[in-house]
Amino acid sequence: MNEGRKEILQIIFIITGLVFLVKLFSIQVLDNRYAELADSNAILKEVEYPFRGLIYDRNGKLIVYNTPEFDINIIRKEVKEFDSARFCEVFQISREELRKRFKEMRARKEYSPYKPTLFIDRLSNPEFARIQDHLDEFPGLYVQARTTRSYTTSALANALGYVSEISKDQLARDESGIYRQGDYVGQSGIEAYYEEQLRGKRGVKFKLRNVRGIEKGSFKDGAYDTLSIPGKDLVSSIDIDLQQYGEFLMKGKAGSVVAIEPSSGEILALISGPSYDPNLLTGRNYSSNFVLISNDTNKPLFTRPLMAQYRPGSIFKIAQAMTALQEGVIRPETRIYCDRSIIGCHGAHSNEDLRGAIANSCNPYFHGVLRRMLNKGVSNDPYEDTRIGLAEWNKHIRSFGFGGSLGVDLPNEKGGLIPTPEYYDRAYNNRPWKFSNIYSLAIGEGENLVVPLQMANFASIVANRGYYYRPHLIKNIGSEGPLPKYQEKLSTTIDPQYFEIAVDAMQQVVESGTGQYRAKLQDFIVCGKTGTVQNDPLPDHSVFIAFAPRDNPKIAVSVYVEDAGQGARAAASIASLIIEKYLIGETKRPYIEQYVLNGQFLY
Amino acid sequence: MALVALGWFNIYAAVYDETVSQSMWDLSLNSGRQMIFILASVVIIMGIIIIDMRFYEAFAYVAYGIILVMLLLVPLIGKEVGGNKAWLGIGSFGVQPSEFAKFITALAVAKMMGSVGFRMDNLKNQIVLFGMIGLPMVLILFQKDTGTALVFTSFVLVFFREGMSPFLMIVGICAAFIFILTLLIPNQLYLHGGIIIALTALIILGKKKFKRIAILSIGALIIMGVIESVDYVITDVLKPHQQNRIKALVNPDADPLGYGWNVTQSKIAIGSGGFFGKGFLRGTQTKFDFVPEQSTDFIFCTIGEEWGWFGSAIVVILFMAFLLRIVFIAERQKSRFARAYGYAVVSIFFFHFAINIGMTIGLFPVIGIPLPFFSYGGSALWGFTTLLFILIKLDAHRGQVLQRL
Repeated sequence: MNEGRKEILQIIFIITGLVFLVKLFSIQVLDNRYAELADSNAILKEVEYPFRGLIYDRNGKLIVYNTPEFDINIIRKEVKEFDSARFCEVFQISREELRKRFKEMRARKEYSPYKPTLFIDRLSNPEFARIQDHLDEFPGLYVQARTTRSYTTSALANALGYVSEISKDQLARDESGIYRQGDYVGQSGIEAYYEEQLRGKRGVKFKLRNVRGIEKGSFKDGAYDTLSIPGKDLVSSIDIDLQQYGEFLMKGKAGSVVAIEPSSGEILALISGPSYDPNLLTGRNYSSNFVLISNDTNKPLFTRPLMAQYRPGSIFKIAQAMTALQEGVIRPETRIYCDRSIIGCHGAHSNEDLRGAIANSCNPYFHGVLRRMLNKGVSNDPYEDTRIGLAEWNKHIRSFGFGGSLGVDLPNEKGGLIPTPEYYDRAYNNRPWKFSNIYSLAIGEGENLVVPLQMANFASIVANRGYYYRPHLIKNIGSEGPLPKYQEKLSTTIDPQYFEIAVDAMQQVVESGTGQYRAKLQDFIVCGKTGTVQNDPLPDHSVFIAFAPRDNPKIAVSVYVEDAGQGARAAASIASLIIEKYLIGETKRPYIEQYVLNGQFLY
Repeated sequence: MALVALGWFNIYAAVYDETVSQSMWDLSLNSGRQMIFILASVVIIMGIIIIDMRFYEAFAYVAYGIILVMLLLVPLIGKEVGGNKAWLGIGSFGVQPSEFAKFITALAVAKMMGSVGFRMDNLKNQIVLFGMIGLPMVLILFQKDTGTALVFTSFVLVFFREGMSPFLMIVGICAAFIFILTLLIPNQLYLHGGIIIALTALIILGKKKFKRIAILSIGALIIMGVIESVDYVITDVLKPHQQNRIKALVNPDADPLGYGWNVTQSKIAIGSGGFFGKGFLRGTQTKFDFVPEQSTDFIFCTIGEEWGWFGSAIVVILFMAFLLRIVFIAERQKSRFARAYGYAVVSIFFFHFAINIGMTIGLFPVIGIPLPFFSYGGSALWGFTTLLFILIKLDAHRGQVLQRL
């Protein structure tokens, strides 16, 4: 009886088995979702942040280093019975703040309750020590150790720049795919320029964990783990003692001091006044401090040595003289009458040769020099003649590193302006122009613009008698030297012999001219040139460039002090003190130092 | 024949050893015990083979009586494990009488069916049979061990084989189907509509006898009543954890961390195995306790994760072959007792196999029953061993049995 029923039962068994096989095949082989879920279940990705490279000064003194700081990450799904009152107490934040953080966290695009998400960032070592013992009260919180920047000195802030979490825009622009949200990135200064060298490489550890989140060793014995590679250490060309001294002198003043070693282009000091303490822009209070600093009306974040464009003033006369000699329109013996009806002048002189004209900063002389240069009679048309002359002049002046950025290893360098014929075409809206329209170029006023770094580089060129290396702040990257572009010797279009005349004149300025009272040093021959840049209606800017010693110079300096009157006062004093400090290690003229610190330059 | 069956068993035992030792890798205590259980089961096998075959038939009722008493005792003096009070403590090892109740009931039912003058279409006989499986079911339900209690419903397959009208089975399957459909389809009006349409179609298409129409209509009304009662059953009759298991089956993603956890994690573990699996001892999900009860009820996750589809398929196919083999053995028995017993064995194994694997891959609600020969647990292993080897013993001596049917 019931014969068919055996088969029915067998069919039921077989169908069940087949259903299982198909279902298993679909979830095991066809559907990758489960494998991914399994990974996120059991594998905890732990990022090992690399140490950012350290920065030393030229004498091996540590300037920038790393200190630990701690981020608190949260895995939302592991949080149970969150006691917000206790949390606020332990972490010392308000309830509103806590609510805001939760809201922000959830709003993030990549937020997942199964993954660690940044919850509280940048706890300093002492802050972390305070909460550490209470962390076990809050399951689901994980500590991510990383490092932040610390500075041994409050100096050099503008050149060093600062580091902060990568912004959304930066992240969107990043095509390298290196950065993740929450990464630190150099935002300005050396930190930004050498970001690639400093950042190192992030490491990843894959760890297995069980259902309670307890680590159970490494995944596949660490086959996929990578070690973090620390960034390269940088050796700066900065002499941090000189830098600090310069900032000490510039306290309370606006302006800049740039000191360069002429033989290498290495920047010895780069002072921007006013500045800020770089330690303010690290750690947890970064945001609030940054708002304070960036809203400061004195603009401490504005790096004057590279970004403040001034008219060059009288110092430009040296470049004019070199250009005119090279073009053969004057000779060192050429005398031009100081005709003060054309252009104003100062001091008691009437008919100087070139050296005397530079030393006395004779305006009519250089008016004449520029006229000879721009109107050489190549063309009968005075307009056309000026165009040709200006183009030649521009080429020479630019070879001094003016009129374009020098390529210093800092971001946001301004190039200044050296006018071309095309520039005046635009400025005059294509109406004709000739020498009489543009003669104020002769004395470094008019449309010329330079930045203090270019002026220091110019001093360096004269010191080198006609060549320079691009100024730079980093002389060693890891075990290698500076970037290749800083090893390239650049020559001016001027014959080196003519620079001796400039050197003579600059020596004369300091020995017996405008620089004799505050720039002359006993032990060295200092060569310098004052500049007083018109700044109507405010007081003039005080400018001085110098190098020393005269032969085989070790240091070239440019000093700008804004609204401080004649170059012979504030700027000359500071420049000579910097030279003294660098060459001797201290000043023998405390009264000059005191004069600078008093800051009363206008009588 | 015994050798062939033994061969099957050995294959299972071999697979079993490996599986157990891997899942016991961080539970060395369990793996050690399981070895003892296996050795003990060999002793049991020897005992079963030595004992005269007539003993099983002769003492079926006696044993049935004893086990009922034990089941009665369990709720009173038993110890509680995992929410179920199903264990009788003997020293440090616990024994689950409900596991042994399976084969003893199988024997008793087989004996009843094999008795002279027994007819499956006799209502009185049917009632007796259902009483025989119902009694231990109720007692086991008292232990809150729903899974094991449900195993006894698998005897319906035996009854079916032995001549019971398929009507009951079909109604049961339909009820379960409609029950699940009700959960899946939120608006019950659709269901009612569907039933009325089906009813109308049947009435129009079939013979238009009054009796038939009346039966169909009553059936439809009953089904509609079932639908209406689903909510009541779910919310009022079932315990919360059982409600959740059914909800998890319908929509495991609704609360993957709460009631859906078991099924979700189990599917993740199996699903992450891929085609060839992660390799022996390399399963991350099962090794790190993401899957609960992974050495007992969710043992299949370990196979799925570490051996992939390939290994899972072998296990499934082996089980299929095993079941078909038992059917073959049962069919060649000469006594009705032995054949009924054979079907009881295959039904019990099938039920365990289907429900257990089904729940780990999310095809059935989570019901706590072990996978035969794989799951950790002494009583279950011994129960299955006894179940199987009594059949083998009976089969070995089938020549001595007179045709009684």
